[in-house]
Formats: sequence, structure tokens, C-alpha cells
Amino acid sequence: MAAAEETPTRELTYAQAIQEAMAIAMERDDRVFLMGEDIGVYGGAFQVTGDLVERFGPERVMDTPISELGGAGVAVGAAVTGMRPIFEFQFSDFATLAMEQIVNQAAKMRYMLGGAVSVPVVMRFPAGSGTGAAAQHSQSLEAWLGHVPGLKVVQPATPHDAKGLLLAAVEDPDPVMIFEHKLLYKTKGPVPEGYYTTPIGKAEIRRSGSALTLVATSIMVHKALEAAEKLAQEGIEIEVVDLRCIRPMDRKTVIASVCKTSKLLCVYEGVKTLGVGAEISAMIAESDAFDYLDAPIVRLGGAETPIPYNPELEKATVPQVDDIISAARDLVMGAR
Amino acid sequence: MTKRTQKQAGASEGRNLPFLYRHYSHEQLRDALRKMHLIRQFEEGAEESYMRGLVHGTMHLSIGQEASAVGICMGLGNEDQITSTHRGHGHCIAKGAEVKRMFAEFFGKTTGYCRGRGGSMHIADVSTGNLGANGIVGGGIPIAVGAALTASKMKTGKVVVSFFGDGANNEGAFHEALNMASVWKLPVIFVCENNQYGMSTSVERSTAVKDIAERAAAYSMPGVIVDGNVLSEVSEAAHAAIERARAGEGPTLIECKTYRHRGHSKSDRNRYRTKEEIEEWKNSRDPIALFEAELLEFGVIDDDGIAEIRAGVEQEIAAGIAFAKESPSPEIANLEKYVYTEQA
Repeated sequence: MAAAEETPTRELTYAQAIQEAMAIAMERDDRVFLMGEDIGVYGGAFQVTGDLVERFGPERVMDTPISELGGAGVAVGAAVTGMRPIFEFQFSDFATLAMEQIVNQAAKMRYMLGGAVSVPVVMRFPAGSGTGAAAQHSQSLEAWLGHVPGLKVVQPATPHDAKGLLLAAVEDPDPVMIFEHKLLYKTKGPVPEGYYTTPIGKAEIRRSGSALTLVATSIMVHKALEAAEKLAQEGIEIEVVDLRCIRPMDRKTVIASVCKTSKLLCVYEGVKTLGVGAEISAMIAESDAFDYLDAPIVRLGGAETPIPYNPELEKATVPQVDDIISAARDLVMGAR
Repeated sequence: MTKRTQKQAGASEGRNLPFLYRHYSHEQLRDALRKMHLIRQFEEGAEESYMRGLVHGTMHLSIGQEASAVGICMGLGNEDQITSTHRGHGHCIAKGAEVKRMFAEFFGKTTGYCRGRGGSMHIADVSTGNLGANGIVGGGIPIAVGAALTASKMKTGKVVVSFFGDGANNEGAFHEALNMASVWKLPVIFVCENNQYGMSTSVERSTAVKDIAERAAAYSMPGVIVDGNVLSEVSEAAHAAIERARAGEGPTLIECKTYRHRGHSKSDRNRYRTKEEIEEWKNSRDPIALFEAELLEFGVIDDDGIAEIRAGVEQEIAAGIAFAKESPSPEIANLEKYVYTEQA
């Protein structure tokens, strides 16, 4: 973490950062191995595992049959008995096929057994829309898993965090679900060399400001920063909080920010209703920050629809920079 | 464990003895009988405690299925692992758990194996290799394959047994898990305890194949059918499967044809099966009675020896229930303990 800032960094894509994290994890610990569909010679549907199979061999970069439920269960069983599997879902949508193992088994095994076991499994979920893959390959289902005690759910927004959170997840004794937005895979950012971890459960303030607190997750962090830049040109300085982790949620950072700015805008790609923004809003409403609010809380989330195919429709389904700008401006100007 | 039985003079002389009697010592055979009685009386004790309001929730009793639990587990070492089912009390005992801590769990006490968090449906004793019963039909099968993957990767030599019922053979998890175990040649044994009914729905009405063991052909592994109420048959099949697994030759599916004397759970009115059918299984095919008759025939034990085992088990059960009653309940303040691993 702290030490990472002092080590040399270079520009890597988000996908490269994840790949590097998995390679480092496997180098550091013989118990770590990768499982997933077409992650071997194919390199993964999004080329995240890339050529790792050449470096580590098919025993540690294991192609599974197209069996999400069984595969997830195998990963859980391996984790319980001493391995450190990293299981890749080809698309986060396919987690629906494995919900039983994730929700009933991985999340609950330690509790049901009174602490007799831990389940140190890492699951990776390429998520989100914007690829023209339509309704069954574009969802953002992180809130589903965020609802389940026993799981930890993270959404790295930057290459730095993608690597650091993955390495933290591998170290973590409990099941950690990593939601990676597919449109982020090719984005670049500075990534420290070598080993470091990014703490699970800590939000990061990406931009300071006093006009409004914008809490965003995953790709929305970037859209929020773009919006913030444009708003700054109008003299509106907003604070952008990258939540990074939805379970556990860094309540302290969000509450402190809202106490400072008195306004809250939540921006996330998942369906708006009963989504991450609902929890953030409720958390603020229940906290001391409520007394500081001088405007209603606003949520920008995904539309109440499956993700459509047509690119214009698809774009209209999730919050865009202009939506964020106008929502933030309205909120700051008191139009709400 | 693998000590060969010395032939007893007299009764067994000159006969072609079943596997069990060739493979295990008389002491081991008497211990197997003791375990079967322990399971039976544990279930009866649990049922009585439930009736008396000492156990809440529900439970699924394995009375009538003792031979498959004991016959499989007697071939395993302490370090070998199992995954179990909602009807898992017998597996837990057969694998070596103490009944007092099982009763304590059913009573919801901190001294229970799961510190009162799991109850009957999640009974487990990880220290004796039981990774847990499971409330989800088929839920433990992929987990067993994962445990076998660990054994294979770490070269521990362990084998893993996944117990499940006939109902699980129609779950996707069963098929996905068997396929992967076979593709990767993992040291796992799939033990289907076919007690004829998935809750109320008979195998005949639910399953396209006549014998569940036929499913093995689809995954290119041996499928073995045994009379699950005959300990020797179960044990022989287990032995072959364990040897195969340890030799790195991959998984086996064993189908134990058996029957549960009690209903599915405590809410069952037994309207899907006849009294005659239940009585027939109880009176003519009871696994404990069948095993005792063999032990007597082969001179491994006499009537006094059986009575002694029963009496010893009775005492153990009574002491177990007393232990559970006296044990403390969990503190409400600790409600959220064990959701996550405590980190320094």
C-alpha cells in the first residue's frame, strides 16, 4: 500500500494490471491457481489471463468445461481445503448459473460451520455494458452479491486498484468477488511494479471539492471525473469518491465527505432500483450526515430495463457524462 | 485398517467369505456394528429430543441407511474427506465425530460442532474430515471435487467421498461435478444413497435411467450398484473405488440402494409410499439386523457381545444428550462472529 507509492510505476492497462497481479500471486504462493473458461491458450475472453498458461502451465491456469456452477463449486472446495483459487467467470452474467455455490456455499460455509473453515476463494467477474453484447452479457450484478453477508465485493476503477485489490483478495481469508468493468480493460494508468495490496473496504477520494459529493463505482468513477473537470470550468468543484468496495462499504469516508459538501449524488451502472446507490443513500440518511444535507439525495443508475443491443439504446441505459453534469449542476444550483 | 481377518475356526471355516470378513479384523467388524448402532440410536435420540422440544427446526433422519455411511467410511482414513447431505448425521458419526458435540449442535449450544450456527443440516466435523452436511441438494458434490483437486495438486494422497441422495442425480451440479472429476481424474468417490424418494417423488417418476449408477457411463467412470443395506457389499465397492482413486485412476460412482425408515423430514405424512413397503424394508432388509445375522453366522460376535454393544451405545447417547443439555447457549452479542475470518 504505502510502500507502493515509492516503487517505480509504469503505465499498464487495467487488463495487464490484473494479469500482472495474478502472475505475482502465483509466483509468491504455490497454492494460488487460476480456473475459468478459455483462460488457457485462448487467454481469456478479454485476454486478461493472456499468456499466463505459457508461464505457469495448464495445471495452474486451468481451463474448465463450460460449467459455471460446478466450476465455482470446485473452486470453493479447493479453497476450503487449502488452495487459493482465482476463478474467472467469462462474463459476470454467468454468475447467475453459479449463484448456489457463491451464495449458499462460499458465503456461508464459515458461518454454518461455526468458524471451523475459511473460504479464501477469489472470483472475477467481467461486468457492464458498452460492448454491444446485449442483455445477457452486459449486466452489472454486483449489488446482488453485495447483499450477501460472508462475501466481500470490490469494483476496482483503475489499473492500480485492479492489481492491488486482486492481490489483497488473494491474501484475504474470505471469498472476495471482483467486478471488473469490461470497458476498463483497455484503459491505462500508472501501476507500481512488484507486490502491493490495496485495502479492501477503503474508498478513495479521487478529486476534492466542496460543492457536492459524488460517490461512484467502477467505470462511473471515470465518467464522474470527466464531469467534474467540465463542471470545474463552470466554477463548480465537486468531490469524487471512488467507493472501490461495496461490501464492506467505507461508510466513514462517504459520511465525512457528505458532512463537508452537504450534497450527495450517487452514480453507478447497475439498475438504479435496489442498487448500490440505494445503500449509499440510506447509509447517509441514517448517519450524522443527514443533518448536513441541504438538498435531496440524487441517484443516477442504470435504467429499469435489460441492456439493449442498439448502441444508442445501450448508451441511454446507463448514466453518461452529460447526465452526470446536469444532475450535479441541478443539485448544486438548487434546482432539485 | 487393512489388516486381514484371521479366519475363525468353526462357523466360517472353509467358506468363501464376503469381502468384509476377509479384509477387516473381528475387532474392526465389531466396531462397525457399534457405529451402526451409534447412528441408529443417535437418530432415535435426536428424534426424541425433537419431540420433546429440545431441538428446533427440522431434521432428516437416516435410520435404515446406516450400512452405506459406515461401509464407505470404514475404508477411509481420518485424513480423507467427505461432503455430506441434509441427511448427514450418519456420515458425520461414521467419519468419526463425537455424538455429544453433535447433540450439542442440535441443541444450538456453543459446544456443538458448529457452535450452534449450523444445526442438523450443516453438521460437520472438519477435524475428522467431514467438510459438512449441506442444505442444498447436490451442493456438496462440486465442493468434494474441489477438495479432490486440492489433494491432487498438493499430492496429499487423500481421497474425498461425496455422499448425496437419489434426488441430487437430477441436479446440474451432479453432472458438472462428475464430468470435471473424470476429465481431471481426481481422487473422488461419488456415493449415491438411493433411498428411492427425493422427498415424495420416486426415482421412477423423476429419473430417466433405471439405475442412477448408469449415469457413470456418461462420464466415463465405473458405476457400481450395491445393496446399500448390506455392509459387506458397500464396503467392497468402497474399497475398490478408494484404491482406484488413490492410484490416480479417477472417480467412481457407487449407488447404494437403500431406504429411509422415517419420512423425509419432520413434516412428512408418508402419503407417497405404503405402510407395507415401509414395513417390508424395516422387517426384512434392516441393515443392522442383516449385519448382526452375518456376524453371528461367521462367529465374529455372540448375542452377549451384541447386547454389550447396544448397552454401551445407549450410555454414550444418554451422556451425549446430557452434555448437550448442560452446555451453554451462544451469546447474542456474538451473532456476527464467524461471518468473516477474524484478522489480527
